[in-house]
Amino acid sequence: MSAVLSNQPAAVTPQRSRGVWYASWRRLKADKLGMFAMVVVALSLLLVVAAGLGLVAGDWQKETGVPNAPPNFVGPAPAESAGAIVQPKGPNVDLSDIDPLAPKYAEWTEKAKQYKTDEAPRAETLPFGGDRLGRDVLAKAIKGAEISIMVGVLAALVATLIGTVLGALSGFYGGKVGDFLEWVYNVFTAMPNILLIFAFAVVFGRGVLPVVMILGLAGWTGIYRLVRAEFMKHSVREYVRSAEAIGASKSSRMFKHILPNVSHVALVQLSLHVVGFIKSEVILSYLGLGVSVDQVSWGTMLAEAQSELILGYWWQLAAVTGFMAVFVTAFALFTDALRDALDPKLRGLE
Amino acid sequence: MLLSIQDLKVAFRMGKVDGVMQRQLAVKGVSFDIPENGTVALVGESGSGKSVTAMSILNLLPDNAERTGAILFQGRDLLKTSLRELQSVRGREIACVFQDPMSSLNPVFPVADQIMEPLIKHLGMSKRQALVRAEELLNEVGIPDPKRRLKSYPHEMSGGQQQRVMIAVALACSPKLLIADEPTTALDVTIQRQVMELLARLKESHKMSMLFISHDLGVVGEIADQVVVMRHGEIREKAPVADIFHHPQDAYTKALLACRPSLTENPARLMVIDDHIAGRSASDRTGKAKDPAAPVILEVKGLKKSFFFKSGLFSKTEFKAVKGVDFQLRKGHTLGVVGESGSGKTTMGLTLLRLHEPTGGEVLFEGQDLLKMNGPDWQKMRRRIQVVFQNPYASLNPRFTIAQTLLEPMEIHGIGKNHDERLATASALLKKVGLDESALHKYPHEFSGGQRQRIAIARCLTLQPEVLVLDEAVSALDVSVQAQVLNLLKDLQDEFGLSYIFISHDLAVVKFISDEVLVMQHGDVVEQADARALLAAPKQEYTKRLLGAVPRGYQGQEPAASVA
Repeated sequence: MSAVLSNQPAAVTPQRSRGVWYASWRRLKADKLGMFAMVVVALSLLLVVAAGLGLVAGDWQKETGVPNAPPNFVGPAPAESAGAIVQPKGPNVDLSDIDPLAPKYAEWTEKAKQYKTDEAPRAETLPFGGDRLGRDVLAKAIKGAEISIMVGVLAALVATLIGTVLGALSGFYGGKVGDFLEWVYNVFTAMPNILLIFAFAVVFGRGVLPVVMILGLAGWTGIYRLVRAEFMKHSVREYVRSAEAIGASKSSRMFKHILPNVSHVALVQLSLHVVGFIKSEVILSYLGLGVSVDQVSWGTMLAEAQSELILGYWWQLAAVTGFMAVFVTAFALFTDALRDALDPKLRGLE
Repeated sequence: MLLSIQDLKVAFRMGKVDGVMQRQLAVKGVSFDIPENGTVALVGESGSGKSVTAMSILNLLPDNAERTGAILFQGRDLLKTSLRELQSVRGREIACVFQDPMSSLNPVFPVADQIMEPLIKHLGMSKRQALVRAEELLNEVGIPDPKRRLKSYPHEMSGGQQQRVMIAVALACSPKLLIADEPTTALDVTIQRQVMELLARLKESHKMSMLFISHDLGVVGEIADQVVVMRHGEIREKAPVADIFHHPQDAYTKALLACRPSLTENPARLMVIDDHIAGRSASDRTGKAKDPAAPVILEVKGLKKSFFFKSGLFSKTEFKAVKGVDFQLRKGHTLGVVGESGSGKTTMGLTLLRLHEPTGGEVLFEGQDLLKMNGPDWQKMRRRIQVVFQNPYASLNPRFTIAQTLLEPMEIHGIGKNHDERLATASALLKKVGLDESALHKYPHEFSGGQRQRIAIARCLTLQPEVLVLDEAVSALDVSVQAQVLNLLKDLQDEFGLSYIFISHDLAVVKFISDEVLVMQHGDVVEQADARALLAAPKQEYTKRLLGAVPRGYQGQEPAASVA
């Protein structure tokens, strides 16, 4: 054995080895824009969690300002000339003789005193303006971010899960299983996407979870095809053959051996779909198929903003668009950076 | 002097670390000349910088390469020429043939278009003229029925024919220099022989020079006038071919010459590079004598495997890949299986392991038919018959550490009581194959090809198998690494009494390791005999042809000067 041993490097320091994921992370760290996008995404997610726990924007439903209060930086709306109905001049006519309710007035006034509530002073302006009920747009947008981002992420998870599992089965087994799944895929893609979504919406009804299911069930097809192609490619690779030769079971070969090698595809698709589904949720809610009326999402805010815009109240639209643009752009940039970092084709450049 | 390379250095930028650009020097100051009408061979292992040197002539290097020095082609410095000027040289005056013809030809164009492109671009021929010339060229490189073949697509041709087309493309403009980068490495021995003869003939008839790159001194010895031996980006020796073969000066050259198994000698072990450089002798161990009466461990009777292709809506066509193979394998013996690609040897090996489901026949392992076993029995039997694949870069899961790779089979088969015990077994086996424990936490991409193949062997050994199918296990490795792995296989056989089925296209390697040899062609066994007997007196025409195709290195006389 001396001959074989002799060309080994002497005493390699037994350091924990750097795996493929570590290399990817190092590449990601080198990408400044990607890292910046990641920080923005992380902060947004933190905000979502905080909103979910009620730490911020818990009181979004409180009507803190005057209806359609403009933003602070615009200043209070000019006092409207409340001259819609001209006050009648001259003394009031005493009707108590013929008013059948007149004896009760004093009693009612007494009773009303028991229920007397303080009319909280409403702010003339709010940091980002108020909606038609005087609710703070900023709080609404934050609370809306919670729903929208949660829907986007959960729906993308559902779609990726369905797409990956079906793609793995189809690509690995091929044959009859593959044909059947291809048929399912064809049925799904043959229908216009929006019709499919409507159909699911009818079945599931309204609410956060239904929206997640609708988007997830309608959106897995692209991921399925990509994962299937990867599994077809990998299932005949020698390392999978070797695993078969040592007696590894089919599920072990599929999910323990192949999946980690194609996971970058699923991961990149996951983040791409998050962006897509956030936009889809907005459209669904805008069309009235989204979250229920007592919740707020970016989509419902946009739907409200449509009628407000005609009256010149632009701030709700601006706030939602701003939030959405920042998050979606950051997430898309982060996805790009992630793909660059994970793409094995770029691995040669190390 | 046609081409003169002077103190060429090539460095690759490897990206910034802490703001400092990292550079890796791949070629560390190389100088040699290519005379007119001569063949210079660059020889070295992978990573020696031989391809980088050749590719820097035409600047076919990746963007992150930096070249310094001088490359004078007919007095012009190619390092200083503009890209436009360089493009007029590429293909016109200096042409290239690459290693893998399957990926060098564009699959969506018929070969005619690919041959005509340089003719139209560089020589300004009309389409009609170019087509006529293309046909002449195909004829010249020995493709039968060239008129019809012009319309073929690359996938309709065999590997050898594709390489001929590549050579025709390269020759199209009658270049003064042909750079052939491992042009025969991806081909079978018989095809390799034909392509080498073709290249030699064309070099004569076209009066051109050739820069021939190879890792195999055996191949180089047959074609080159001058040999440049490279290692780690430096030239170790440059000399006329006769001197290299008869009076090698450098220890590394000597080692390269010694480590290749030959058809004529019969050592128990092969020399490896480090042995040679350290001046040790390889034959310090003699292999155990084989027991000719050892019990038969594996008996194969009429093994058949067909593949079915859909043709039309309902019918299928049958392709018989293996048409009935019989053999016996004795314990501790090695059965070599030789044949060209497409002979069914690999299919046969994989069918034994049921990685392909067989169509017919019996495989008796100590009397039990492997092919009829049901799930649990087969799972138990799997331990006893294992496989090592050709490509060590593909056969290890890139996302598993070596520890995971080695532990998995033991976990599946419940070998060893607990994790620690298995880990101990794994590190013991790693030592056995010549790696140390620090390898356990590394990933496959951190190892060289030879090391990976040893890990793959160690993985098989974790199951304590009795039969090992080695499917071209050393074909993808450099000759020097090949020697190490072959020695390792012999040692393991002596130690554990393993039986091997050694599948290879290289007769010299098969002869070194095998006791018995099976020659396959088109799915049939054409000859089966004792290894020594078969090589000494092959009976079949096909075996003779295979034997004749093995590169033998320089066969000429010693140079006159040194004789005197």
